[in-house]
Amino acid sequence: MSYLDNILFAILLAIGFGYFAINVKKLIRNIKLGQDVNRKDSPSERWKNMAMIALGQSKMVKRPIAGILHIIVYIGFIIINLEMLEIIIDGLFGTHRVFAFMGGFYNILIASFEILAVLVVVAVILFWTRRNVIKLKRFISSDLKAWPKSDANYILYFEIVLMSLFLLMNAADLWLQQMEVHHYNEAGSFPVSQFIAPLFNGFSEGVVIVIERAAWWLHICGILIFLNYLYFSKHLHILLAFPNTYFADLNAKGKFDNLESVTNEVKLMLDPSADPFAAPANPDAVPAKFGASDVQDLNWVQLLNAYTCTECGRCTSSCPANQTGKKLSPRKIMMDTRDRLEEVGKNIDANKGVFVPDNKYLLNDYITPEELWACTSCNACVEECPVNISPLSIIMDMRRYLVMEQSAAPMSLNAMMTNIENNGAPWQYNQMDRLNWKDEN
Amino acid sequence: MAENLMVPTMAEMMAQGKQPEVLFWVGCAGSFDDRAKKITKAFVRILNRANVSFAVLGTEESCTGDPAKRAGNEFLFQMQAMMNIQVMDAYEVKKIVTACPHCFNTLKNEYPELGGTYEVVHHTQFLKSLLDEGRLTIEGGQFKGKRITFHDPCYLGRANNVYEAPRDLIQKLDVELLEMKRSRANGLCCGAGGAQMFKDAEPGNKEVNIERTEDALETKPDIIAAGCPFCNTMMTDGVKNKEKEASIKVMDVAELIANAQDL
Repeated sequence: MSYLDNILFAILLAIGFGYFAINVKKLIRNIKLGQDVNRKDSPSERWKNMAMIALGQSKMVKRPIAGILHIIVYIGFIIINLEMLEIIIDGLFGTHRVFAFMGGFYNILIASFEILAVLVVVAVILFWTRRNVIKLKRFISSDLKAWPKSDANYILYFEIVLMSLFLLMNAADLWLQQMEVHHYNEAGSFPVSQFIAPLFNGFSEGVVIVIERAAWWLHICGILIFLNYLYFSKHLHILLAFPNTYFADLNAKGKFDNLESVTNEVKLMLDPSADPFAAPANPDAVPAKFGASDVQDLNWVQLLNAYTCTECGRCTSSCPANQTGKKLSPRKIMMDTRDRLEEVGKNIDANKGVFVPDNKYLLNDYITPEELWACTSCNACVEECPVNISPLSIIMDMRRYLVMEQSAAPMSLNAMMTNIENNGAPWQYNQMDRLNWKDEN
Repeated sequence: MAENLMVPTMAEMMAQGKQPEVLFWVGCAGSFDDRAKKITKAFVRILNRANVSFAVLGTEESCTGDPAKRAGNEFLFQMQAMMNIQVMDAYEVKKIVTACPHCFNTLKNEYPELGGTYEVVHHTQFLKSLLDEGRLTIEGGQFKGKRITFHDPCYLGRANNVYEAPRDLIQKLDVELLEMKRSRANGLCCGAGGAQMFKDAEPGNKEVNIERTEDALETKPDIIAAGCPFCNTMMTDGVKNKEKEASIKVMDVAELIANAQDL
């Protein structure tokens, strides 16, 4: 007996999972570059959100066509991955369809995999059509040129190839079972591939065995390649949607965080007994930076958001600023954040674990003030996101940097703020006139 | 001749040793903007009619800091917040009602962490509770049978999930309540939020308020109802832009109720 196949398979598996593990480690390190934020409260509500929104896809179906197609692919992905377990055992131990002993239940499993595989192919073809033929606005906007556009299509091609290989493998297997070829014991029920199997009539046994083996190997290789493609792709959402919905902000959407560093200073300013000349308690402490100009200033959940974004564009299509031709696209905010975070990560890799300033920032080099100032803070993007990403929180943190670190607000907003400071209203009215309305006609 | 509105201040109440049931937070728009002042007065007329014991801060009220915060000026926001909290705590304020969703959101969600914890309600919620408690009756009056569409303010709707109170009130007027194609959680912003009210729009090909007014006009309304002084301004401008101001009015929910009863 030759163990060459099994050894080769084990090596392949080790490389596939090993490289993936390396990239997951990098992913976690990059996310941890973000500032701390406590998202460990109310675990039961968080689990519930994850179950409803990620597992249950509750926000996906708000757009029914995309929602239903997505659920098909999603269920297909989860169920067909059960087959992975069998493939791995077969590959490592040289068995063939090791779960076949389950008998009738095994037949049901294989049959449902086949039907799902066809449904997935149909759904993916429709997805491709929406992107490339119907050209839905959110898929052809300026955010989705070059790599993001190819990335989206590559994922669809990948899925079609994987599903086709799966069906081809089953068809060849079925044909060999029917020919009662040694090693191919009767197992499984093949509602779809039974129609492909007759294509092999007239082939020699040897050729069909090669086809079956080739499809089997290509299928598992394809899955391992796809797994490793995730880190470089928007498709990471299939994993990160779960932590992302778990760690999402639970507060009312209108509640923006109050900067603690500011609270401390404001309390000092309002405290009549504070000594303005007192030596700071900790003279070596770096003064807090207000707001965000780069990814390290954002919190880790915002960075997780960036990796989770699958660029579906529902946020952008519901954004009032974007709909009226402004430059702002909430999706681009997330994509820019991820691109910059990746750049920072590569910088750290290249410099032995330390970030060396590269004179680039998320602000200006990726996201311009014009985009930030177009936001109405209406929360439509946050409401729309099927996995609870908040582009708005990043926009607000960057506005804070513009205003509090750079005094770079638009002139009219500076006037508004001066009025609030001087007379307690955004317009130039005397605070003493606040109750005049009572006596006016 | 000024009408006879009863608008006691917290200071006056305190001098008489009284504590009102609720503080009416008027807000900057409600205090100074000519259009919004009418909403303020309509709301006060209803409060007076329902014999609600309320008071205002008057000249002791100051901006909540909301536009500063949304513009990115956390310093100014927190300064305003802490000063307002000091004033309200001095009067032992427990409950606040306001006709401005921006004040509502900030007071309700962002003040507690800074030490100001109050029960905060939007005026449509407050009116709904008066109605439920039998302290207020609503009749259709002049609005009976009119077509009315309600524009959800972002800071009331999406931001705080208040969708039903304003609709419940409008339906009491025996009117035909129409929903725009984008409403409730899918409602489109009027364009004023996030401090946009106080600046020019960034370059684009359309104003947000025009886009939203078109949504409203599609329902062929007699009246566009709003629950926010800023939305009111934006929608009013939108209707004017479409030269429909002769046939379509933009009114706050409080004005609808007050006018229906000829208050």
